[in-house]
Amino acid sequence: MAENGGTPRRVLSEFSYEPAAAQKGYTGQTLYVNLTDGTVASKEVTEEMKEKFIGGRGFGLWYLWHGVEDDTKWDDPENEIVISSGPCGGITQYPGSGKSLVVSISPLTNVVIDSNVGGHFGPLLKAAGFDAMEVQGKADEDVIVYIDGTTGKITIEAAPDVPVDTHKIGHWLIEDMAETEEDRYYMSAVSAGSGADHSRFGCLNFSFYDRRREEPRFKQAGRGGIGTVFRDKGIKALVVKTDPIRGDMNHPAEPARISRVGAKMHKEIHDYDDEQCRMRKRGTTYLVQIMNDYDLLPTHNFRYGSHEDAPKINGDVWEHEWFTQGIPDGCWYGCTMACSHAVDGYELRTGPYKGECVIVDGPEYETLGGCGSNCGIFEPWAVLEINFYCDTYGLDTISFGTGTAFVMECYEAGILDKEKTGGLELNFGNAEAALELLHQVGRGEGFGLIFGEGIHRMKDIFVEKFGADRQFLEDIGMEAKGLEYSEYVTKESLAQQGGYGLSNKGPQHDEAWLIFMDQVNNQIPTFEDKAEALHYFPMWRTWFGLCGFCKVLWNDITPPDNALTDEPAKIPEHVQNYVDVFSGVTGRDVSKEDLIAQSERVYQFQRVFNIRLGYGLRDHDAVPYRSQGPVTVEEYESRAERYDKQLKEDVGVDPEAMSVEEKVAALREYREDQYEKLIDAVYKRRGWTMNGVPKRETLEAVGLDYPDVLAVVEPHLDA
Amino acid sequence: MRVLFHDPELCIACRQCEEVCSETFFRQADAEKSKIRIHESEDGLHGAAFCNQCGECIDVCPTKALYRDKRGVVRIKRDLCVGCLTCVGFCPSLVMYWHADETVPFKCVSCGMCERECPEGALEIVDVEDVPAPAEPHRTIQQGVK
Repeated sequence: MAENGGTPRRVLSEFSYEPAAAQKGYTGQTLYVNLTDGTVASKEVTEEMKEKFIGGRGFGLWYLWHGVEDDTKWDDPENEIVISSGPCGGITQYPGSGKSLVVSISPLTNVVIDSNVGGHFGPLLKAAGFDAMEVQGKADEDVIVYIDGTTGKITIEAAPDVPVDTHKIGHWLIEDMAETEEDRYYMSAVSAGSGADHSRFGCLNFSFYDRRREEPRFKQAGRGGIGTVFRDKGIKALVVKTDPIRGDMNHPAEPARISRVGAKMHKEIHDYDDEQCRMRKRGTTYLVQIMNDYDLLPTHNFRYGSHEDAPKINGDVWEHEWFTQGIPDGCWYGCTMACSHAVDGYELRTGPYKGECVIVDGPEYETLGGCGSNCGIFEPWAVLEINFYCDTYGLDTISFGTGTAFVMECYEAGILDKEKTGGLELNFGNAEAALELLHQVGRGEGFGLIFGEGIHRMKDIFVEKFGADRQFLEDIGMEAKGLEYSEYVTKESLAQQGGYGLSNKGPQHDEAWLIFMDQVNNQIPTFEDKAEALHYFPMWRTWFGLCGFCKVLWNDITPPDNALTDEPAKIPEHVQNYVDVFSGVTGRDVSKEDLIAQSERVYQFQRVFNIRLGYGLRDHDAVPYRSQGPVTVEEYESRAERYDKQLKEDVGVDPEAMSVEEKVAALREYREDQYEKLIDAVYKRRGWTMNGVPKRETLEAVGLDYPDVLAVVEPHLDA
Repeated sequence: MRVLFHDPELCIACRQCEEVCSETFFRQADAEKSKIRIHESEDGLHGAAFCNQCGECIDVCPTKALYRDKRGVVRIKRDLCVGCLTCVGFCPSLVMYWHADETVPFKCVSCGMCERECPEGALEIVDVEDVPAPAEPHRTIQQGVK
């Protein structure tokens, strides 16, 4: 029996090791756990891995590639969950250096998903001696995996009485597992929740202990259903405990180089955040008003980009009425951007925890866009409540929000009714119904079970069971590759349609966010310009996830003279900061071009991986028409002046002589053709065939000339 | 509360304060490891940069490693500090210092060693009633805290 504070646990498997200290950012060891047979082992991180795949997502892809078969599905035992931060993960001097990347085969997309997350688990895993953790197999009963870096002991433990829902896991961690106050500081858990048992879009929560609030907090690896894989493997929690963290934990090659840019960056945030994004006071909620102002805030299932009630959930509301101010809200030490805000003392109004006073982590912009405006919900309490329950149930707020918006449109279009939903009146704006739907997912009941399948599979169900019009569902169901869209309206930005559609994992904005460059500032007018942006920015943004960095520190604050630089969109001074920090940690002398090259290798590898799994071709880069233009007459008429002008100037037809239906069709034909032309240009720039397959010379140029990699693309190249 | 005061009228920029400070805390004479830094001026009114104990850093520390002691001096608990340098970047007077050899930043703790060492009497530990307001960089220097 293993027992700290009272909840009994039974040790199934035990492993002793000598925790390796990180040197120049790497411990050189990966923790391998197989839950089927109880294997726990340490694997060497090779020089080749460091050189070619860097860390984070790169390591995740590398291990997953070697761990699965060509026909592995998400719920096969050999599917893995790989967690890795990266060589710079865990440094404390440069803000935003505590991120982890989680990689697995997704229950939503059947291809590789990567999801980035803050919280302390990744950095503490490194402090406990491991650059990565690779979990394979399935446990017969619910387990926890406990990595005790203070004693060099790892156990797999049966844990039938340990809770499943994340906020309960958090309290179990600090009250039951931690023996002293200091233990709480240096422990972290990864958990999902009961919703992940009943849906394909389960998320993972990574905890950290908030020393001011004296409570556990959580950040989410939201996208792609890794929480679902986690629960399918029978895991309740991964727990790590370490000795106290010190500023030289990574033993960097040049500490002074890191501290110099770190201190400079802290000062930049100190001096300019208040007059720029005010991230320290309101986090990403500042985006709500901006997106609304530019007609980009998804409203009523992406039909529209703005709503008169949007100010009710904008950044001012969260800053002044909800978020506790004045607390260092970083999700890893030293993040002075501190965007992980929280609402304290929120009393839950619904569900199994009704009446409990809780901390709600967030909401962030994506949750406000997805679970708020996109569902027509503009009551802050309702978004908070959905946010909290999504987190504790282990559900992705983006998939939940976009999925709810989809079923609401289906409900209003008559595809669904009260009988089919088991009584839920899923009209836009019905917060109570949205919450009950969420609780049904948590309980695994009723319409919640259908909803938990995600939009891609709901479309099939609605056609087969309810006789819905397939084309309409394909047009309005905001998913691509099986993943629900994140929360930006892309109708007027062709480049961002590609930013979503041509991404490896599915429509998530962390690969590219080009709307302002494209639509607002018109800096990338030609197909070639857009293709260049859809090469550079996905590669650049991928790089953060190789190293342990957060993207927010790159462009949610800018140096005051940034606009005067040659390429303001790239924020050259910050790129140089990253060159300094990466070199300073690893001792590898790199240029800014080298960083892109590091990313491109990993990016191309992920594309090949998708092809290996039976996807990753041009057909799979298709997007729903709702992301490209107005599907319905109602949508067209809401922005008729804009669309009429485009028909006249861009398409070359006279709208005055056409019915609205004809105008919708003409605009659609034009926009769909534009998207195909964009694909051609992007594939060319990325070194792919017109079917989206990386060419042999492309792979060779980035050092991916491994026989098993080339073997995947060759049949497609011959064809 | 104990606060260091510097009088530019008396300072001759001999830098003995820097030397005794780094020797006291780091056992080596290295101005880069001193918690007081003399800024020489051509007009002869030399400045000195050091902490005036305003305490702005206390609230931004993510680990609660910074605190005000019984005498009002802002101090760092080394066992809690993770070396993130937040306090360095957020110090309004730029007088929280870091050095590549050290994982913990450092600041004046009003110990009085420099007061004793100063040949001109330009440095003095004084007792003040109120917590000083955050100072602009180098203003501490020119105006002192009296």
